[in-house]
Amino acid sequence: MPEKTMRDAINEALHQAMEQDESVFVIGEDVAGCSGSSGDVGSVGGVFGVTEGIYHRWPDRCIDTPISESAIVGAAAGAALVGMRPVAEIMFADFIGVCMDQIVNQMAKFRYMFGGKSRCPAVIRFSSGGGFSAAGQHSQAMYQVMTSFPGLKVVVPSNAYDAKGLMLSAIQDDDPVLFFEPKILYQETADVPDEMYTIPFGQANFVREGDDVTVVAFGQMVPKAAAVIDTLAEEGISCDLIDPRTTSPLDENAILESVEATGRLVIVDEAPPRCGLTADIAGLAADKAFSSLKAPIKQVCAPHSPTPFSPELEAAYLPDADQITAAIKATLA
Amino acid sequence: MSIPKETLLHAYRTMRTIREFEERVNAEIMNGQIPGFTHLYTGQEANAVGVCAHLDESDTIISTHRGHGHCIAKGAEVSGMMKELFGSSEGLCKGKGGSMHVADIDKGILGANGIVAGGPPISVGSALAAKIRKNGKVAVSFSGDGSVNQGTCFEAMNMAVVLQAPAVFVIENNYYSEHTSINYAVGCDDLKARTEAFGFPVFVADGADFFAVYEAAGKAIAHARAGNGPAGVFAEQGRYHGHFVGDPQAYRAEGELEDLRENHCPLKNFRARMAESGELSEAELDGIDAEVMAEIEQSVTDAKAAARPTAEQVTEDVYIQYTATA
Ligand SMILES: Cc1ncc(C[n+]2csc(CCOP(=O)(O)OP(=O)(O)O)c2C)c(N)n1
Ligand SMILES: [Mg+2]
Repeated sequence: MPEKTMRDAINEALHQAMEQDESVFVIGEDVAGCSGSSGDVGSVGGVFGVTEGIYHRWPDRCIDTPISESAIVGAAAGAALVGMRPVAEIMFADFIGVCMDQIVNQMAKFRYMFGGKSRCPAVIRFSSGGGFSAAGQHSQAMYQVMTSFPGLKVVVPSNAYDAKGLMLSAIQDDDPVLFFEPKILYQETADVPDEMYTIPFGQANFVREGDDVTVVAFGQMVPKAAAVIDTLAEEGISCDLIDPRTTSPLDENAILESVEATGRLVIVDEAPPRCGLTADIAGLAADKAFSSLKAPIKQVCAPHSPTPFSPELEAAYLPDADQITAAIKATLA
Repeated sequence: MSIPKETLLHAYRTMRTIREFEERVNAEIMNGQIPGFTHLYTGQEANAVGVCAHLDESDTIISTHRGHGHCIAKGAEVSGMMKELFGSSEGLCKGKGGSMHVADIDKGILGANGIVAGGPPISVGSALAAKIRKNGKVAVSFSGDGSVNQGTCFEAMNMAVVLQAPAVFVIENNYYSEHTSINYAVGCDDLKARTEAFGFPVFVADGADFFAVYEAAGKAIAHARAGNGPAGVFAEQGRYHGHFVGDPQAYRAEGELEDLRENHCPLKNFRARMAESGELSEAELDGIDAEVMAEIEQSVTDAKAAARPTAEQVTEDVYIQYTATA
């Protein structure tokens, strides 16, 4: 199987979906690039290159916009409401702050508020998360916030293979999907088939299988947790590593079944703790698997602060291998 | 218009400081010394300096992602800025903000801003405070040709008119927003007219010419200060660097950059004007250049030697301490 980066895997999914279905189009800032200039129109493909090449094949379906996030999301929502399948790009997940209404009050609620008579098959893509010293307004995960809104499906891939299959599912889905691409993983590679395939939403991936501790991790924390678990395996500690892949819907069963078997739970996410995914899953286990628990649940996440700029500060801010190791060992103490 | 010699000297020194600061920052990014996302102001120096020449410390500015020039022009200390860009805990923002968030509230600098058009609404708030306090202060927001297409910018402009707040909207047209041309992103042919349609006057200037910006900004700021509501400045001048360091700049026409650097340089223009008028001598200007070079060199030396932040500082300045994690 060919190795591809996460960036290329998503790019391939977009190409294949556009090829297959004429109602798919991409829209966003610089998704083509250089529009209106005397230079090379279409040569950018988004600031992370995820939509590269699309303009050259389908110039009418690769649409640059002004810097207007509300209008971008609104336009995607509106086009979807009348049957198109837009894939909009919001350059950084932090810019949800600018277009929150269109996501949360508009697209998320059409189907329900209109009595089930409408569909809104829009995908909004975001680069997400920390690790770039990009400071407080270009580093947030944001998926944990969006997970709390009914009416949205929320995807967080942790590797190139999943990213492709999840993107193809997202585009085929009849409801609004927010697709968070951990930007620190864009250049990470995995084996990715050339052909189209989908990964169903709400189906967690067991990245590692073990008996002692259940570890649930999201996005860029999945490879970090996997590395820790591989090291611990040498010490004779074996862990399940569950990557839910979609935070809404969430594969509760996979998590609960694992916790029932291991009796120990560590949850790892890069976002701050309050009302986040680690607390959410801790609550789930406390609620539904309490009698299986042999140790207190451990949450590993960022502190309750904005993302700092300085590399030393950001390194201290983001969960690291030591914290994950300590949390796993604490459940075994 | 005669400009006091002291103002001329200060304007030239500030433009040169911005230029050398940015060129040095560019080099240090290439050396891997400055992390994160950094956007350089080189070429647009006259905009910031021509506007801020009319402001004192208690007037406010709010800036953009391309904020170093605005901050220096409003009086931010260069060495504190350099330390901030290097991520030191001795930086202006203790290494928490970096290039996109340089701020110095005591100097009336309400911050660079990583959100395009995040600034104008905040600036209207500062202007409103000045109106309520009747203290004659003005609030300036800088916006690029791309940022004026955000709803927040429209809302701020309209509300400033409705409130008759002393807000000054400085629009810097450098022809591109990231890789997209203004010809594409601004739907009408006349951005000045579109802005004036909100109900305030906009004064236009060649952004390569300090004297033109100084004059246009002078009119706009006087208008706002006198209690006539908001005003605008529209300055055109290209940036010399890519949107970010490493930008392939595929949107440029052939020869565009060379032409910009050669024929649209605010520093060269300033010197030419001085040579003609004799107001400042070449020796005076050369002297400033030498002093500025030394200052920037020192700022980098200091930034490299400055203290690095420690893990405990992550949760400093967060007003709610919350520790539930492992
Ligand atoms: C809300 C938001 N959308 C998009 C971006 C990404 N971005 C950063 S700068 C920029 C271009 C801004 O163009 P302009 O306003 O003309 O300023 P210039 O960069 O030319 O100084 C974009 C799109 C952002 N930082 N914030
Ligand atoms: Mg611009």
